[in-house]
Amino acid sequence: MRKRSLVVAALVLLVAAFVGHGLLTADEFTKADLERWDKEYMSVVAKGRALWTSPELGTNGVACAQCHPNAANTHPESYPKFQQQLGRVITLGEMINWCIRQPLEGQPLALDDPRMVAMQAYVAYERRGVALAPNKH
Amino acid sequence: MTDRMSSVDRRSFLKTAGAAAAATTLPISLVELAFADPAQNFTFAYISDAHIQHIAGTRFVRNWDRGLIRAVAETNLLTPAPDFVMFGGDLAQLGTKAELDHGAEMLSKLNAKLYCVMGEHDYYLDLGEYWSKLFGPQHYSFDHKGVHFVVLNSILTTDDWTYKRWPTAEQRMLEMAGLDNPNGSPFMVGEKQRAWLAGDLAKVGKDTPVVVFSHSPIQKIYKGWNFWTDDAEQVQALLKPFKTPTVVYGHVHQIQYNQIDNITFHSVMATAWPWPYPESYAQAKAELNFPKMTVPMNRADPFFERDATGWQTMDVAGGRPTLKYNLYNNTNRVVGFDPRIGMPADSAYQDPAKRIPPQTHY
Repeated sequence: MRKRSLVVAALVLLVAAFVGHGLLTADEFTKADLERWDKEYMSVVAKGRALWTSPELGTNGVACAQCHPNAANTHPESYPKFQQQLGRVITLGEMINWCIRQPLEGQPLALDDPRMVAMQAYVAYERRGVALAPNKH
Repeated sequence: MTDRMSSVDRRSFLKTAGAAAAATTLPISLVELAFADPAQNFTFAYISDAHIQHIAGTRFVRNWDRGLIRAVAETNLLTPAPDFVMFGGDLAQLGTKAELDHGAEMLSKLNAKLYCVMGEHDYYLDLGEYWSKLFGPQHYSFDHKGVHFVVLNSILTTDDWTYKRWPTAEQRMLEMAGLDNPNGSPFMVGEKQRAWLAGDLAKVGKDTPVVVFSHSPIQKIYKGWNFWTDDAEQVQALLKPFKTPTVVYGHVHQIQYNQIDNITFHSVMATAWPWPYPESYAQAKAELNFPKMTVPMNRADPFFERDATGWQTMDVAGGRPTLKYNLYNNTNRVVGFDPRIGMPADSAYQDPAKRIPPQTHY
């Protein structure tokens, strides 16, 4: 019996914790949360911009921004798309790797490499406000 | 083919094949100036924005090297030969002696006389000192077959930015080299050079065709990428008294043309790489002043290394250049002043119904 009442007490405490503390609620967040999440995202965008404008992903000194100032003409809203030159549907990350290999003469990144994620965050941020346009050519 | 090959020696076959290839791809981007007397018409070639980029030791970025080597080789194949060749600036990427020397060596293969324009990538390491040793004065004028040509150094900026902002010359160069870098500074011709220009033009009859070569556009298109010259209006004011002034500029790595009052504007292609049209930068739209009459070049296909790069010849007739763009992986374009509409027009695509899907930039 003592064991049972302990379990009940624990459950009551748990429920009280959920109700009383926003941190433990799954579906509510505050302005402070939004600000923190924005800061986290923008710090990754900044890392992406730094990579985009630096030669460190290649071997020949060429940077992505040399041909794509402000990541223009990358069209993230159109990916995944049928990349007609490759004959298949690819993601934006695969196209970034194509550019790292060819004009930058570098080694491709894993698609979940934090640097690849950062560059895609930067490209998407520069393209903010543009409607999705799957497969637009 | 195999039988024929065996009956001709390899050298003469290559020579013929080269000439045949040239016949099908030329003209590239020639500028033609035409006069009432056709005997006065002449052609010159214009190569620009090679961005020769040093890696280390004897290594340079192969892609950009190939663009300039090809433009020089094709210019030398022109028949009849051009009266002279312009180089429109940004020979180097970061203004080093290695880059300028390597570029000068490639340009030295040109058969015709060469005139050069200063670009910001040539300038901001040593403020044009080594470039001037190789190519001479940074602004000057010359007359050719009745046309007054003026070369401006339009990529200067404020003394504060040039002399006081940066701890090293290398950093100053890098800051100006990034097209979209907010730490850059707007280009300008500057008061001193404008005074020189006013004096130079004072000696020229108002009916004389005047053609100005600059690196940056002497008009304001998009400040964010320095498709811009801060004192453009003051320079334009000096050109307006003339009957048919034309400005030809590099820097933008794309086809542009415009008409502001009586001044006609044309851009030239880069041999290195293409740039997006500013309208394709989603955050730029509010501050854009892109010439509405321009039919854009095709969107670049990166899988063709030389696509959306090229060079041009200019046929000079009636004092106004007609640009013939030699586009390596695209149908060539011809843009010239159309007296019926009083502005420049593309010979094939000006009618919106004639445009093709790759000319839409977004």
